Amino acid sequence: MTATETPVNNGVNVEALLGAREALTAAPEAAKFEWRATCEWQNGTHSNSTVEGFFGLGEEQRHRTRYSFDVDHPEIFASEDNGATPVELVLVGLAGCLTAGVAAVAQNREIQLRRVSATIEGAMDVRGILGVDSDVRNGFSGIKVTYDIDADATPAEIKALVAQSQKRSAVYDIITNPTDVRVEIS
Amino acid sequence: MRTTTVVIGAGHGGLAMSRCLSDRSIDHVVLERSEVANSWRTERWDSLRLLTPNWQCRLPGYAYHGDDPDGFMTMPEVVEFITGYAKDIAAPVQSGTTVTSVRRTDGGYCVTTDHDEWQCLTVVLATGAFNVPRVPACSEAVPASVTTLTPMEYRHPDELAEGGVLVVGASATGVQIAHEIQRSGRPVTLAVGEHVRGPRVYRGSDIHWWMEAAGVLDERYDEVDDIVRARRVPSMQLAGSPELATFDLNALTRIGVKLVGRLAGIRDGCAQFSGSLRNKCDLADLKLDRLLDTIDEWATANGIDDATPPPHRFASTVVPETPTLDLDLAGGAIQTIIWATGFHPDYSWLDVMVLDGKGMVRHEGGVVDSPGMYLIGTPFLRRRKSSFIDGARDDAQDLIAELADFLDGQAQATRH
Repeated sequence: MTATETPVNNGVNVEALLGAREALTAAPEAAKFEWRATCEWQNGTHSNSTVEGFFGLGEEQRHRTRYSFDVDHPEIFASEDNGATPVELVLVGLAGCLTAGVAAVAQNREIQLRRVSATIEGAMDVRGILGVDSDVRNGFSGIKVTYDIDADATPAEIKALVAQSQKRSAVYDIITNPTDVRVEIS
Repeated sequence: MRTTTVVIGAGHGGLAMSRCLSDRSIDHVVLERSEVANSWRTERWDSLRLLTPNWQCRLPGYAYHGDDPDGFMTMPEVVEFITGYAKDIAAPVQSGTTVTSVRRTDGGYCVTTDHDEWQCLTVVLATGAFNVPRVPACSEAVPASVTTLTPMEYRHPDELAEGGVLVVGASATGVQIAHEIQRSGRPVTLAVGEHVRGPRVYRGSDIHWWMEAAGVLDERYDEVDDIVRARRVPSMQLAGSPELATFDLNALTRIGVKLVGRLAGIRDGCAQFSGSLRNKCDLADLKLDRLLDTIDEWATANGIDDATPPPHRFASTVVPETPTLDLDLAGGAIQTIIWATGFHPDYSWLDVMVLDGKGMVRHEGGVVDSPGMYLIGTPFLRRRKSSFIDGARDDAQDLIAELADFLDGQAQATRH
């Protein structure tokens, strides 16, 4: 890179992230986060979930504002379609996580992004959730993510960006690896 | 050759049908690929005993008469019991005869064997439900350094390499194999999906005595909510041990078996276990409590509370605080995997269109979806006990009535 070029800016504060990595290496306790959501049933298959507070860096934290998500099912499931389905929100989570990763990795590698678009497709055989066939799993039979990226980089560099973003993605890990889940009644 | 009924398979189910056919003087033959009780002779591990107590081994016109009614037969004893039955009822068994095809004909069926061909009006499928071990597709991803076995190949822990063993599946088969392998000094990891928990003894009596008394074993196929599901429920975690030991997950944990969730897949040589272990154990605990509620209600209704120890509940299944989710199969910690993931029947010789998309026979309580064809000896065929030796007793009696009615109808149709 020569001095006359415009500095790469993907809107990611890499210095802050690298600083955090250094700080948390020294203070692993501060790295323990807890993400939370609360959910209130509305009616039928409609529920409303909110996120606001979370724990991290050793203390309670708050989002800038409270975010609210209506969750429901489409009318073909005899529902009112007041919001996205839970499984679509999972796809949203995966897309958001991978895309944030692409931006961060690109910034770190000094690659200027112009456009990053992703299409996420989750295939599902609903005979599983309907209990028609116990051999069919409830969840996705597969997820396909397709990136369309315009950047100052070679195709190989873009490929490496996308690969690295999967390596560091929380949601990618959540979906591809098992997680111990505990459901209790208060 | 010509006969009225061809029974395929000389296990307890086929022989029970043979006895009922003889009782009605219906001309028949029992075709057996090997010899009587072949599966019990050749497809079981060494230490296995029947899951049902001796007193419950009853077949039409025959029962256990030994001096240990509360004990459990070893496999050689089961073979002797069934062979004795075949002799006692003088069953027309043609051994060493493998059926290669069953076809529909104008007048009934044509059964082709490796020796001859039979024309008959009716056919009884008594080849059993547990012919071929079910092995998950992910087995192909097991590293070559690990030996894999099905329960049909497994015989004894000492035949296994020293080192860790992963037993996949926690039905009666999985828990018994896990138990004896752990005891042999090989550390066992047990992958647990949906399972059915059961104590061997409750309130002073065998759980099978209670289940029979309270009518649970006699629950009919047309009484349960979802018969498709009921037919696929794994076997209860029981073993027939002389000590009347309980083989639930807590018993296995106590001797050092490590519980993990259902085997979800194998990636890069690493087994991945579902995070649902806690829920699967909760479900099994709840289901056991409902069974015990049914038993206690029956005991009260029948006035035997004073004569038996009081009701109690078993401690919840203890699940590891942080269940293992990944296990490196290539690293050497696991030397052997045993697929205790169930069995499916083999109907590759059945050339009549009666199989569903999963290769199971379409039937209504053993009356197959083809005129004059009957099925016996599969899980929940007509009753919850249908897969047990004792189940063949009532099922055979019901099915012979169906079969005889069918023959009467045929005879009338011929006269008109």
